[in-house]
Amino acid sequence: MRNMKIYVGIGIIAITGFLLVAADHIDAPAVSGGTSDITDFYAFQAEDTDNVVFVANLQGLLAPGATDNAAFDENVLIEFNIDTNQDNVEDLVIQAIPRDGKMYFFGPAAPNTTGLNSTILTSATQSSVDISTRMTPVTEENAGMKFFAGPRDDPFFMDFAQYSDIIAGNASGFDNPGSDTFAGSNVLSVVVEVPKSMVGGSGTVNTWVESKRKQ
Amino acid sequence: MKILNIKSTLILIVISALSFNCSSDDDYTPPNTGGGNNEPDFSGVYAQQDQMGRPAVNTVFVSSDSKNMFNTTIPSEQNADFQNMFQTNLEALSPAFANPGDMNALGQDAAAFTTLLATDVLNLSLDGTTTFYDGTNVLTGRALADDVITVELLLIFGGEDFSENPTLSNDNVDANDKPFLTSFPYLAAPW
Repeated sequence: MRNMKIYVGIGIIAITGFLLVAADHIDAPAVSGGTSDITDFYAFQAEDTDNVVFVANLQGLLAPGATDNAAFDENVLIEFNIDTNQDNVEDLVIQAIPRDGKMYFFGPAAPNTTGLNSTILTSATQSSVDISTRMTPVTEENAGMKFFAGPRDDPFFMDFAQYSDIIAGNASGFDNPGSDTFAGSNVLSVVVEVPKSMVGGSGTVNTWVESKRKQ
Repeated sequence: MKILNIKSTLILIVISALSFNCSSDDDYTPPNTGGGNNEPDFSGVYAQQDQMGRPAVNTVFVSSDSKNMFNTTIPSEQNADFQNMFQTNLEALSPAFANPGDMNALGQDAAAFTTLLATDVLNLSLDGTTTFYDGTNVLTGRALADDVITVELLLIFGGEDFSENPTLSNDNVDANDKPFLTSFPYLAAPW
């Protein structure tokens, strides 16, 4: 009976178009596989515990041979959002935008407007780092912050292939051990480390990342 | 971008032509207008295409015809717009939430669990340990090594004590294929 319920449940979801495609990799038709497709977002305490780290990954499932040809899109703004007063509206943003081989960063600073449309905060703290190549990572420090932009190993891990088989009704459960579908693939990463004092200081903040395309 | 490049190139050509034609001064140096080689152009409005807080939320809980909409709904409006959909999809997906009163190991019923998830922001503690779930701390961040998929599968399928549906509640991939770095930029080098 329980198995029956599983299959009925999975069937219903499959019919309504359920598609689990990893963390956020190719999550929606409008962005799937494009230069604004966010694959993952991480936020964690840094090695220096006075700092926190934000990671945005884009353009997932890059084979090593395809990685050198992948590039950040100069029309796509990557924006880290930080809500410091628990209303789920951003109070601070860190913006990242590529120009001619460099990733430029602005902030953390209050946005000109909250919500779906952004302008670049050119009067906020500006930093930049050369976009790394696959073989030569480059990091930069400015105003107490650290910056990286370029290809990295996709840190996400999951047996997505088996999950797909379960959803398709071709398997009844996961294998043990499972197989990491994302092993051996790269992403384009933007990594920023900032002092906690710049993003709220203490307590809990709410964070998310957005990609925004120039109109 | 191509059109922009063409426009910029045309403007530069026109400016050069004008400068050349109008100037009889051999030593004339055109002023830096800010649109040249030195200062990148950061003008314009950028409109949202994708967003993400917690892992796998859009992909698991949002029905396919609403995925673009979810990506362009601001977090403060997501609960009102999507919680019902999340709950319907959760109850259809997981036998651990098939019966009234069913809860996950956080003590959340389907309504409470999907109310948490529908506002797709990643909580981040500025006071200490940051992890999606480490057995003690819950939703204080997301570290690179966190096995977020197994945590989510357990909360979706594992029932009140993580014991239900064991073949669905763990994908048995517990770590990345490359070790992470202890120092910035933390992510492993590319393949």
